[in-house]
Amino acid sequence: MSNFICNDPVALNLWYAISALEEVHQGDVGQSVLLEQPIAYTRNEAGNVIAWAHEGDPNCDPNPTLPVKERFGYFWTSLGTPEGDVFPIPEYGEADRRNIHAASFGVNVSAPRMVENFLDMGHFPYVHTDILGAEPHTEVKDYFVEVSEERDEILATNCKFWQPMAAAASDGGADVEYIYRVPHPYCSVLYKSSPLDEARMDVIAIFVQPFNQEQVRVHMMLSLLDEANEDRNIRLFQQTIFGQDKPILENQHPKRLPLDPRAETPIRADKSAIAYRRWLSDKGITYGVIPSAA
Amino acid sequence: MIKLYDYELSGNCYKLRLLMSFLGLEHEAEPIDFYPGNQHKSPEFRQINPLGQLPVIDDEGLVLRDAQAILVYLASKYDTSENWYPSSDPAILGQVSQWLAFADGITTTASAARLHDAMFYTQIDVDVARAGANKLFRILDEHLYFAELDGQDWICPGDHPTIADIACFPYIMLSEEGGVSRMDYPAIRRWTDRFKRIPGFVVMSGVFPAGPAVEKEAERAA
Repeated sequence: MSNFICNDPVALNLWYAISALEEVHQGDVGQSVLLEQPIAYTRNEAGNVIAWAHEGDPNCDPNPTLPVKERFGYFWTSLGTPEGDVFPIPEYGEADRRNIHAASFGVNVSAPRMVENFLDMGHFPYVHTDILGAEPHTEVKDYFVEVSEERDEILATNCKFWQPMAAAASDGGADVEYIYRVPHPYCSVLYKSSPLDEARMDVIAIFVQPFNQEQVRVHMMLSLLDEANEDRNIRLFQQTIFGQDKPILENQHPKRLPLDPRAETPIRADKSAIAYRRWLSDKGITYGVIPSAA
Repeated sequence: MIKLYDYELSGNCYKLRLLMSFLGLEHEAEPIDFYPGNQHKSPEFRQINPLGQLPVIDDEGLVLRDAQAILVYLASKYDTSENWYPSSDPAILGQVSQWLAFADGITTTASAARLHDAMFYTQIDVDVARAGANKLFRILDEHLYFAELDGQDWICPGDHPTIADIACFPYIMLSEEGGVSRMDYPAIRRWTDRFKRIPGFVVMSGVFPAGPAVEKEAERAA
């Protein structure tokens, strides 16, 4: 293994989504950065995505190549040796779902701040006014948080929030139920009531690729029940939401997420964030965070 | 009805949404998948604008491109008060045109830096773009500071904002997304706060409304 700038073994051994598969083409060498390491990728003649680390020349000998998985419309790679496969999202395989790559955006923030913002419902009425929330419906009702031992992921359930325009397919305000999963230190999967089928849920996932400790690229994947809207409108709806979060994320200080429980004062609505910070601490993650002072 | 080929996250499209909202002018939006779809570079869209750029409007068959040109057109045609584009005063008209061109410079610097950071326009030299934006912001900040000393609230003299204010506002307001802070430009910050209180102001993703507390204070004072 080369000497990487990132020396956090936990971060090095994770899988990371790097690019939407629809943007990886045979004959084109794409370039990106993962944990401060320049990487390049292409689709080879056999049709497989290959990725490799380089030191400035992306057209260097691609060997040795990095491990690659194609999952959820993206290719994933790792600088280290990941344990097992990318976490599962079983809904992705359901035949009647629309699986859409909404966009990959650069954000000047750390990966854990990005995930924590995704978990937060308290900001909906203020940041996503008249879409995901509206005053005076500002209360975050009590919800459950647990760390699922068998899958090593955080699960927040029974989250309910009144939303004026929960999805592109909505035709008015509704009490929307949310379930959040954090199956990866830098990824989160959100389930929310489908406007079309009350027994099922739409899936919105963010896969965060850290360029470095304070700059990321976030990939947004949607797996929805929506028969009416064009992909384009669904994408644009999600981008509108994301564009509203962006200045909030980029103005957080410090940019790295402090894990010391005394560093920032949580309120009851932040239960999932408290669990997330503790979970990161327990994993011994140091990348993108300010670790607890032991 | 006016059709706007639109992209929510485009500051140049936002300029037109702002003017149409200030004028109470209805329009129909035709959303274009600018990113990641690159739809504005498609052969179909180049039939509408050979430059492959947003925004474009279609007003009963008249197809126009370029945000500044469209601001001139819409204000001239639909603002009967002539407040937004005071075309009968050559001195003001010259100044409005000067700042419209300046706004284009903001697009090629501050907006370019934002495209680099958010949407991976990696061919852009982001340091050059940021330095260029800071140079322009310094010039505008000084201009607004001296305007304020003369009792003027807006970029061009007069008691009403013009399309020059609209043309400069979006990419200044979004500059932090490209790593250009407005911390050192207090006159610009005061001007953006005034701008957000123009009746009919609308937001876009990444731009927030003026704080309600100050509005209430203004109501009390009124």
